[in-house]
Amino acid sequence: MPGTKEIRVKIRSVQNTRKITKAMEMVAASKMRKAQERMRMSRPYGEKIRTVAAHISHANPEYRHPFLVERDSVKRVGLIVITTDKGLCGALNTNLLRVALGQYKAWQAEGEEVDVCCIGNKGMGFMQRLGANIVSHAVQIGDRPQMDKLIGTIKVMLDGYTKDRFDRLMIGYTRFINTMKQEPVVEQLLPLSGERMGAPETVWDYLYEPEAKAVLDQVMTRYIEAIIFQAVAENMASEQSARMVAMKAASDNAATLIDELTLVYNKNRQAGITKELSEIVGGAAAV
Amino acid sequence: MAAATIHVDVVSAEESIFSGEAEFVVLPGEVGELGIYPRHTPLITRIKPGAVRIMPAGGGEEQLIFVAGGILEVQPSVVTVLADTAIRGADLDEAKANEALKKAEEARAKAQDKQEIAAVESELAMLAAQLAAIRKLRKR
Repeated sequence: MPGTKEIRVKIRSVQNTRKITKAMEMVAASKMRKAQERMRMSRPYGEKIRTVAAHISHANPEYRHPFLVERDSVKRVGLIVITTDKGLCGALNTNLLRVALGQYKAWQAEGEEVDVCCIGNKGMGFMQRLGANIVSHAVQIGDRPQMDKLIGTIKVMLDGYTKDRFDRLMIGYTRFINTMKQEPVVEQLLPLSGERMGAPETVWDYLYEPEAKAVLDQVMTRYIEAIIFQAVAENMASEQSARMVAMKAASDNAATLIDELTLVYNKNRQAGITKELSEIVGGAAAV
Repeated sequence: MAAATIHVDVVSAEESIFSGEAEFVVLPGEVGELGIYPRHTPLITRIKPGAVRIMPAGGGEEQLIFVAGGILEVQPSVVTVLADTAIRGADLDEAKANEALKKAEEARAKAQDKQEIAAVESELAMLAAQLAAIRKLRKR
């Protein structure tokens, strides 16, 4: 039986832990709202650029952009892994990395080499331990996704694709479904499937300035960047929700623990009093 | 004749900047300044960093929006500006990509250093254990 003092110290320590987890929960809740807002704000751009890209590529069948051409054999795969920078967000990163690792092993089994691009600290650490070939990375991106910090990292991967270093580009991130549910996904980015881009309802041709090819090249690059940016924004929303839920669970656990410890503490204290009383009574009887 | 206005959307990857009806829009196109009136022929062009001027429908105050380049799409009744959030240029992007590559290289070297350190440390530990064993044997 632990002493009364030890239990009291333990209760105080759990109470302090709960204070911290509670604070983190509230911080995550407010950040989550902002992250979701940002995720929504970046959607119109993605939508617009998708329709434009679909339109131009339909209006110009004679020029096939390299991003749209399916390659015959795949020798090397590029994988972009988007994780969080910080931990304490439940199994969010673990789930994603497990899915990514499964794919990674499957590609290697088929004799395809893999080059990895890591966005976020956690994936970076994991891939380093795995001994993967990391060709570019972006860490410490903060709470707000910024295109500026991602351009270089993404360009390395897109150049790798256009220069035939990889024959396929995949992206892994955590899709935000709702506050309670996030889903790890690894999907194909390049070559672009016609399905993802969709077909325009009506076809007309534009005037191009300076020329169709140059404009299409830029639109395609921006489109892929927009997809990756959207994925990063979504991952951040997922991160904050997962953290909020994880911290809420931790606070609840701490509260249960405190209740149990208080019960033990009170019982212990009562037993002490009873013992002392019976000693006094016994002593008096002996006199 | 329908109302002579054109819908204008200015969006960037990070947010939607402007959305509304306008009578006239001026944009910094790559090959020169462009003025777009309603029912313009479909046009697509890249735009340079500069100011987009929008005259709102109903004679409101002229809106000025600075964009760091991007793409302009014009349809007879809709103008869409897909603005870049940062100043972009082929050289600038190239420099950023190179920087990213260099960072990856450094990280890899560091990771290798760490692995080497771990290997050397484990070797050292083994040698120390061997030494200790030999000393024990000698004492006997």
